[in-house]
Amino acid sequence: MRPFTYERARTPAEAAAAASRNPGAKFIAGGTNLLDLMKLQIEVPSHLIDVNGLGLDRIEATPEGGLRIGALVRNTDLAADERVRRDYAVLSRALLAGASGQLRNKATTAGNLLQRTRCPYFYDTAQPCNKRQPGSGCSAIGGVTRGLAVIGTSEACIATHPSDMAVAMRALDATVETVKADGTMRQIPIAEFHRLPGDTPHIETALERGDFITAVILPPPAGGRQFYRKVRDRASYAFALVSVAAVVQRDGTGRVALGGVAHKPWRVEAAEAELPRGAKPAMAAILDGAKPTHENAFKVPLAERTLASVLAEARG
Amino acid sequence: MSLRINGQARAAEIDTRTTLLDTLREHLKLTGSKKGCDHGQCGACTVMVNGRRVYSCLTLAIMHEGDEITTIEGLGQPENLHPMQAAFVKHDGYQCGYCTPGQICSSVAMLEEIKAGVPSHATSDLTAAPRLTADEIRERMSGNICRCGAYSNIVDAITEVAEKQA
Repeated sequence: MRPFTYERARTPAEAAAAASRNPGAKFIAGGTNLLDLMKLQIEVPSHLIDVNGLGLDRIEATPEGGLRIGALVRNTDLAADERVRRDYAVLSRALLAGASGQLRNKATTAGNLLQRTRCPYFYDTAQPCNKRQPGSGCSAIGGVTRGLAVIGTSEACIATHPSDMAVAMRALDATVETVKADGTMRQIPIAEFHRLPGDTPHIETALERGDFITAVILPPPAGGRQFYRKVRDRASYAFALVSVAAVVQRDGTGRVALGGVAHKPWRVEAAEAELPRGAKPAMAAILDGAKPTHENAFKVPLAERTLASVLAEARG
Repeated sequence: MSLRINGQARAAEIDTRTTLLDTLREHLKLTGSKKGCDHGQCGACTVMVNGRRVYSCLTLAIMHEGDEITTIEGLGQPENLHPMQAAFVKHDGYQCGYCTPGQICSSVAMLEEIKAGVPSHATSDLTAAPRLTADEIRERMSGNICRCGAYSNIVDAITEVAEKQA
């Protein structure tokens, strides 16, 4: 690990100010992804701003009938919250399908959104990677691609976003709330929060320097039956090959977001009109334009079958 | 800096980079917590922070001033075993023993999570209290790898302790 200086922030605005002042700074909350990457010198912050003392660990009802989830609410506590289990089951299910008990106890809501890809070439510092070293090239293209993206990719990057939680947040139309050093707040719809790689895969979110995430806001419950179905190489503690977050209403309409297939949680609202007609037409529309490699082409039929299984369960 | 470990205040002079695991092992000579992968994939370094299980390799000691840290040494000693340690001995819940301190810290905290009503991926009804089944135990212990494959005996040991607590 490279040397760094360390401070504890006392307010969100103070944390944002410290980050604006110091271009080499990073916030640390749970630290489970950041410290791993720092050990490998993929992340090399010169300064860490510990935000664990800021509070921001409550889940509160909003006047609109939704929930305001503090940025520092741990994944365990969010998954276990009675309101989330009852009204946003897809979110509980997604969280519980991710990581391990030890990691969920540490990992935070905001940190989960900001975790980096697990693309093996991003982790291999001996090889070029546009995300790790902009302009150096993509080793994944033409390499081992079985776990990588099938849609929304670019010539510069075919990495996936690893989060399960974010896929459920996308299906639920969550909003990310941020604050700057001067106190300015922004509300970023989750659909715009994560970016596609394009030719700048190192820029992964809509956050600007010094932006500090204070909360994630859920709109009023979407109702219906909610599912998070994750397909992976082992039964537990593994990243998704494909995952389906779905909210399905009695009349067969609903919403679907996919994990494991793109650089961001993948949802195509226009394709959801096909849902009452079944998984085949719906997934054909959701993954229209997919460009899988020969190694990960299996993800396209796998996504369709996973959705078919969810829709069958929804029909009961 | 000062840390509270197993009920005692302990002082350590450390670099900001020092993980909680390295502080325990290298600076405080509490070598019960093991370094397996050092990347949060194996669970051998599991300790409890304020009663919650975490990977001590993926957190900095400096982030834990004021927290109550419990390691395997704080759970029990050879002459006074924790019930979970005794159950692992009885059920032969290991071969080489390297993952065992992490397995035991994890399982003790895991049973508290079930008591607190925290659901898991194996919980079929999210709105009901989780039940104590072998499937639940296996899922909840998936963050602790046993390279020797003593899993079935580990599940037996945990089940026995859970049933005695119930």
